[in-house]
Amino acid sequence: MTHRANRTLQVAGLARVEGEGALHVRTTGGRVDEVRLDIYEPPRFFEAFLRGRNFREPPDITARICGICPVAYQMSACQAIEDACGVRVGGQLRALRRLLYCGEWISSHALHVYLLHAPDFLGFPDGIALAAADRATVERGLRLKKAGNRIMDLVGGRAIHPVNVRVGGFYRVPAPEELRGLTGTLREALYDALATAEWVAGFEFPDLDVPHDLLALREDDGYPLDRGTPHVSTGIDFPVSEFGDHVVEHQVPHSTALHARLDDRVFLVGPLARYSLNSDRLSLIAREAAAAVGLGTVCRNPFKSIVVRAVEIVYAIEEALSIIDSYERPEVPCVEVHPRAGTGHGATEAPRGLLYHRYDLGADGRVLAADIVPPTAQNQTAIEDDVTRVVRAHQHLDDHALQSLCEQTIRNHDPCISCSAHFLDFSREGT
Amino acid sequence: MPTIAVWKFTSCDGCQLTLLDCEDELLPLADQVHIAHFLEVTGASEPGPYDISIVEGSVTTPEEAERIRWIREQSAMLVVVGACATSGGVQALRNFADVDEFRSIVYASPEHISALDTSTPISAHVAVDHELRGCPIDRGQLLEVITALLAGRAPDLPDTSVCTDCKRRGLTCVMVSRGTPCLGPVTHAGCGALCPAVDRGCYGCFGPMTRPNAPALVPLLKRTGMSDDELELVFRTFNANAEWT
Repeated sequence: MTHRANRTLQVAGLARVEGEGALHVRTTGGRVDEVRLDIYEPPRFFEAFLRGRNFREPPDITARICGICPVAYQMSACQAIEDACGVRVGGQLRALRRLLYCGEWISSHALHVYLLHAPDFLGFPDGIALAAADRATVERGLRLKKAGNRIMDLVGGRAIHPVNVRVGGFYRVPAPEELRGLTGTLREALYDALATAEWVAGFEFPDLDVPHDLLALREDDGYPLDRGTPHVSTGIDFPVSEFGDHVVEHQVPHSTALHARLDDRVFLVGPLARYSLNSDRLSLIAREAAAAVGLGTVCRNPFKSIVVRAVEIVYAIEEALSIIDSYERPEVPCVEVHPRAGTGHGATEAPRGLLYHRYDLGADGRVLAADIVPPTAQNQTAIEDDVTRVVRAHQHLDDHALQSLCEQTIRNHDPCISCSAHFLDFSREGT
Repeated sequence: MPTIAVWKFTSCDGCQLTLLDCEDELLPLADQVHIAHFLEVTGASEPGPYDISIVEGSVTTPEEAERIRWIREQSAMLVVVGACATSGGVQALRNFADVDEFRSIVYASPEHISALDTSTPISAHVAVDHELRGCPIDRGQLLEVITALLAGRAPDLPDTSVCTDCKRRGLTCVMVSRGTPCLGPVTHAGCGALCPAVDRGCYGCFGPMTRPNAPALVPLLKRTGMSDDELELVFRTFNANAEWT
């Protein structure tokens, strides 16, 4: 086997990811010297300008960190602020939040599976080219995405940056008959989701088995979405309030980007972690779908995250139908929340993985400090590690093929660079 | 086929996602145009010139200030979309603060952060042909502007207030009937009065309408119980850099 002495791969602008990033790979002989995922998305300083804002504002303001997963930001922000104020939202209000979150999962996952990730497996440059070859399939993906957006439009008042979410609950809660109007669409979507799982399970998956620790929420009554306790594949649990003690950002010599570590180890959040730690919590049809496509109870091949996402779409639709079925309109659209001095923590499962918020509030309800740790920031070390493994195992490929495979490896994690930019350090070589 | 390019500046991606959220229209539209650049959707990127460029985001770095001039030169039509592109967006809150302090709050090594002291709209740098307001933009308005440009007509984009949307929808005024503070009377139309439809007052995410009469609205907002502090916050959020008075 021959290796070219020195190779440098450079992807200046990563495509089919949310936000702006670049990849830099350097090898000498058979050795991978450097793999760097550069974030050149300009910083937006959210944590800074949240200081001094009113405690009711972070759900609307932090939603603007990411147009792809605004509900995740709203849910983690609400939970953290309610925690600081000693309030816990339960019952039908919680169920409605979960329903809204299902909408975001369906929409975000369908976008990633069909338009961003599947083209990699099928050899198309994008979803538009895929549609030219197989229009019916892409139309199925768009139908799914639309079903998710319909939930967000109805419960959230708008699919991107929903207007109906507030600390304590909602501004207006829908009548049961309004929600039942979604049932027909969702039942059809369930068939589309099952067909999706079958479709993606037929793709060819490069071998990769990652040893990273997995971190996801876990809870007693279902697959984790809107709340839960952080759980690690090593067997440890810790309360959300101790998140900052376990997940620590640090600087590494070869890069100016901040990397996160979990108890000083490389770790992964997102669909693989969520599924591997919670496959026993899936609903009936989703569990059957996972079994039918041969997923097993644990999945450590990031290339198969597309299959996990498809199963999670099935779950989110099933869960949405179940919430709608047992929905009764709450007597009030939100519980009263009075500010008090203190600190609150919130963690929910964004489509891309665990999203943590912390707020320090003053007695007058002003935000004194905010800390937001998005999933892609947590995954950056693991993503670079995956790329290193892939480059090492595929040295025989020519530059073009290897570069494509590296990009696919990054897309496995559906990175949301817009999210991570305000958090990660910022570096760029040249212009 | 006419060529379309979609460009991202400093933003959350939500406005370009709005184009992908046109689920029923996306593939028919793709039959009518040639997508020459749209990084969120495709790695295939072609050199200019472009018939229509759609720009999301605000200018917050020296590199972005350069790039928008190049895009303007390459584009017959420049359509800027969303609160970031039309007013500087939520990140324009830095315009009222000390950016050095902002850097040190968020970043451990602030010297690596190359950001301008201000977040400015695209129109502060180059001439723009059409602006779509909103945080995020409205799906229907986006389709209107694209179909109008493809047909060679002027897009129909009313510059009145949210109140006109609200009345057309037959909603009861939240401020009059419930005493809920609402920026609808001074906020640019286009969303379809989403907030009043969920019993919430408008919070101004479409920015100011043409010739807003904020001085007349402020006493009404105070009557609903808003403090001076709250008034300042509500105008200084997603379109903080825009002219509200």
